Amino acid sequence: MTEASPLAYLDEFRDSPRIKELLARLRERRGGPFKIMEVCGTHTMAISRHGIRQAMPDDITLLSGPGCPVCVTSNSDIDTFIEIAASPGVIAASFGDMLRVPGTRMGLAEARSGGADVRIVYSPLDALTMARENPGNAVVFFGVGFETTAPTVAATLLEAAATGVDNFFVHSVHKLVPPALAALCAMPDLAIDAFLCPGHVTAIIGPEAYEPVARDFGIPSVIAGFEPLDIMLSLNMIAAQVDEARAEVELQYTRGVRPGGNPAAMDLMNRVFQPRDTEWRGLGVIPGSGLSIREEFAAHDAVRRFEVDVSYSREPKGCICGQILTGLKTPRDCRLFRKACSPDHPVGPCMVSSEGTCAAYFQYEA
Amino acid sequence: MCLAVPAKIIELDNQMATVEVGGLTREASTVLLPDAGIGDYVLIHAGFAISVVDEGAARETIRLFDEMTDGAGADD
Repeated sequence: MTEASPLAYLDEFRDSPRIKELLARLRERRGGPFKIMEVCGTHTMAISRHGIRQAMPDDITLLSGPGCPVCVTSNSDIDTFIEIAASPGVIAASFGDMLRVPGTRMGLAEARSGGADVRIVYSPLDALTMARENPGNAVVFFGVGFETTAPTVAATLLEAAATGVDNFFVHSVHKLVPPALAALCAMPDLAIDAFLCPGHVTAIIGPEAYEPVARDFGIPSVIAGFEPLDIMLSLNMIAAQVDEARAEVELQYTRGVRPGGNPAAMDLMNRVFQPRDTEWRGLGVIPGSGLSIREEFAAHDAVRRFEVDVSYSREPKGCICGQILTGLKTPRDCRLFRKACSPDHPVGPCMVSSEGTCAAYFQYEA
Repeated sequence: MCLAVPAKIIELDNQMATVEVGGLTREASTVLLPDAGIGDYVLIHAGFAISVVDEGAARETIRLFDEMTDGAGADD
């Protein structure tokens, strides 16, 4: 512990007396009631695990948002990847989170049981290695994730193009956070007074990306780290904004996020991808909120290479994931929750993903 | 899914770094963080370093907190 490192401060960021002090400040507050949406699934998990949601005073409500990439991926995008995975000669590579998410007819795990070659990777680079080692197969990577992940996939695709790995493909269903927040704000039944914004998405796009939401919709946004103290500090910063009738973008997670974000990562992302309209589970089609592969890299685009028919796609019956992802309902409002739907038998993606709202409630907020 | 873990760069060769996380080492690309160097603490996401962890900022957050709550104590 003599070496000064950022990690040496981890204890401070988990220090219980400090957290209690911050909670006491929220309890002593004399402002009106308000609702905060924690946009990011990693925040949802941290908030549930540390009991922060239940510890809030009655006048502050924390609602989970659409920031779980697995959860907002539409069934038609999942079905498309499953159809591609089942095509002859294909090795389908995906982050592990995606495997148990049910599609319309089956999930990836079931497709694998049925004979499809589906492999879990930790990094898109692992999929590129697979393509190099299996030149007779088409290796297709499922590009799921927000701005944190899209640059890693862009860098991998550029590497494939530069080194002539012609059998590497990406099915891009990447999504962008700021257009989704703007779409949420524009919903007529919006019940949100402030956003707790994702730390690692912002490490890439920079805090400035939320300025339009704060300015156009008058909604305070605080970019938070992921330790309990980070979250409690951020909630206090939001409370101060609400009480002083300010709507600004403030950065709490200064150790991980720079003004302007990560320009090198943004450059790579923009070289490979271009914005497109895309469908979010629960939010519908949001203009300019998705990323498709540019014409220049069409040779690595899975949807151009494989033609599949997913006209049968539909959302699961009775599942209210869509309303949960927009903060209109909580898992407890769902009649399937803890009955027909559990982590062992998930009906919708919010119960599957390790950072899904239903999974977080099931595990920690019984 | 946007989980990122802090790790220390202990070796760096042609934009591939060896990083140390909790006593274990693994490989990570620094293509997205071209200015990162040996000894830097970085956040690793999906096999890539995406941001340098700023030690000064970590210390400053704690200091601001202590300042803020000392103020609250004085009001009581």
